[in-house]
Amino acid sequence: MLTLSPRDKEMLDGRRGPAAQFAMQILVRMADVYEARELMDISHAHIDSAIYLGDATLEFAERLASLGARVAVPTSLNVSGVDECGWKDWAVSPDWAAKAARQMLAYEKMGASPTWTCAPYQTAMRPSFGQQIAWGESNAIAFANSVIGARTERYPDLLDICCAITGRVPAVGLHLTENRAGQLLLRLTGVPAALQQDDQFFPVLGHLVGKLAEDRIPVIEGVSVSPIEDDLKAFAAAVASSGRVALFHIAGVTPEAPTVEAAFHRRDPEQTIDITVRDLQSARAELTTTDGRELDMVILGSPHFSLAEFERLAPLVAGRRAHPRVKFLITSSRLMKEAAHEAGVLAPIVDFGARITVDTCILASPMLPAEIKTLMTNSAKYAYYAPSLLGSRITFGSLADCVRSAIEGRVVRDDSIWQPTV
Amino acid sequence: MAADGVIFGRAIVAGDARGEALVTDESLSFWGGYDFRTGEIIDRHHPLAGVRAAGRILAVPFSKGSSTTTAVLLESVRAGTAPAAILTTGTDSFFALASIVAELMYGKAFPVVALADADFASLETGMHLAVDRSGAIRLI
Repeated sequence: MLTLSPRDKEMLDGRRGPAAQFAMQILVRMADVYEARELMDISHAHIDSAIYLGDATLEFAERLASLGARVAVPTSLNVSGVDECGWKDWAVSPDWAAKAARQMLAYEKMGASPTWTCAPYQTAMRPSFGQQIAWGESNAIAFANSVIGARTERYPDLLDICCAITGRVPAVGLHLTENRAGQLLLRLTGVPAALQQDDQFFPVLGHLVGKLAEDRIPVIEGVSVSPIEDDLKAFAAAVASSGRVALFHIAGVTPEAPTVEAAFHRRDPEQTIDITVRDLQSARAELTTTDGRELDMVILGSPHFSLAEFERLAPLVAGRRAHPRVKFLITSSRLMKEAAHEAGVLAPIVDFGARITVDTCILASPMLPAEIKTLMTNSAKYAYYAPSLLGSRITFGSLADCVRSAIEGRVVRDDSIWQPTV
Repeated sequence: MAADGVIFGRAIVAGDARGEALVTDESLSFWGGYDFRTGEIIDRHHPLAGVRAAGRILAVPFSKGSSTTTAVLLESVRAGTAPAAILTTGTDSFFALASIVAELMYGKAFPVVALADADFASLETGMHLAVDRSGAIRLI
């Protein structure tokens, strides 16, 4: 049975305005679904709902805005459906651009910060360890919970904004310490450090873990390298695409897993599965849907490219030129693009022939013209979704493979480290 | 399905629906997995890729992947391409939310019922089912 605070009741009764009432009505219905006994405060929200899909998402946003909705906590915005400054260079229709922009405006009017990024954890609005937050966007949820140790349930679009408007969430799930224990133990067995150091390792492992985890919290044992933040970002995006993982622990790496035992809160795993090199090879193969060499576009930046990723790319492309037949696109945020410019690493990338789209991505905005059929990426999330959403064929490879392929005008991969050993 | 052709679940979102069952034991993301313009499952990684779920009673263990699953489902309700009902194993907040918001926005909810694993496993594609407000599911 749900008990509401006096302030919750004021919102529900309409005494704090019609928008808070609308949001609280949804929140109370959802608290019943979650079988919550009470609501609790949050101090940050990240809104996935701003992505324009069609009339319903726009009507929902404009209904809230017209009711005078205001966010009650600092709130960042995930990707939108359009790059407001760059859409005319692509296949986006004016009607789509106008409606997507209206939806952006509705959320900005509610007081959310125009971060427009699926990597809000790489902005100044990054939450802190233990902070109670309400986040949408599957990769961001997994990253915030697992890599930072902030606490969010797996919030869907349309609910994230209700949490932001009320500043409240059902006190359930991953907000509570006892629900953050690992359930499934995944042991890397015989996976050499050389393979773990490859930049494809963490996205491939994430893709595999997402499928194995089903609805359980996975704990990974046997990582012998020190992943950088963008490795963990790639893992989080992959694990939340192939699966429903909102929290993972990597023993010795993530903050709630100093040891395997600690990650399980000293309880026994429900199940243990060993992961071998062969399993990783199969998972990597699933991320490629073509065996052809044709290449129309290299696409990087899902989640949005970080400053560190721009800095790693710049020396790989400096003084080179992409093949005239191949487009090279990076999706990022307006803030990160500016940071790359200020750091001096954007110029060699643009000189190489790369284009930068901000605020959105190729999955969220209908920007790719029909003639772009074959893609190459280093992102497991792009590799997972592009064939279904865009009908394209895709090759997954390392960052260096992507650059080399763009230069040669056809898919080339150095697969030596991933070759099956007999 | 029990011998009397009735199973009982927890009505996460209560409602009535009838239709032909479409059953899968693999989870699904509706964003990147469901085209709300056609009502078709489009996730190339999913065994039901290419199958139309609009108007059917979709039995899927739980949602996975994108947070935008709810928004795609809301669009599909508005477009008239949503499943008639969704049956799950555990409580799935994503499916429930889409139905709750659809009711508030458009006065059109679809039932969401959580079933015990064994009851879920008794469902088969092609069964004609009726879902009622109590969470009962009957073979018709």
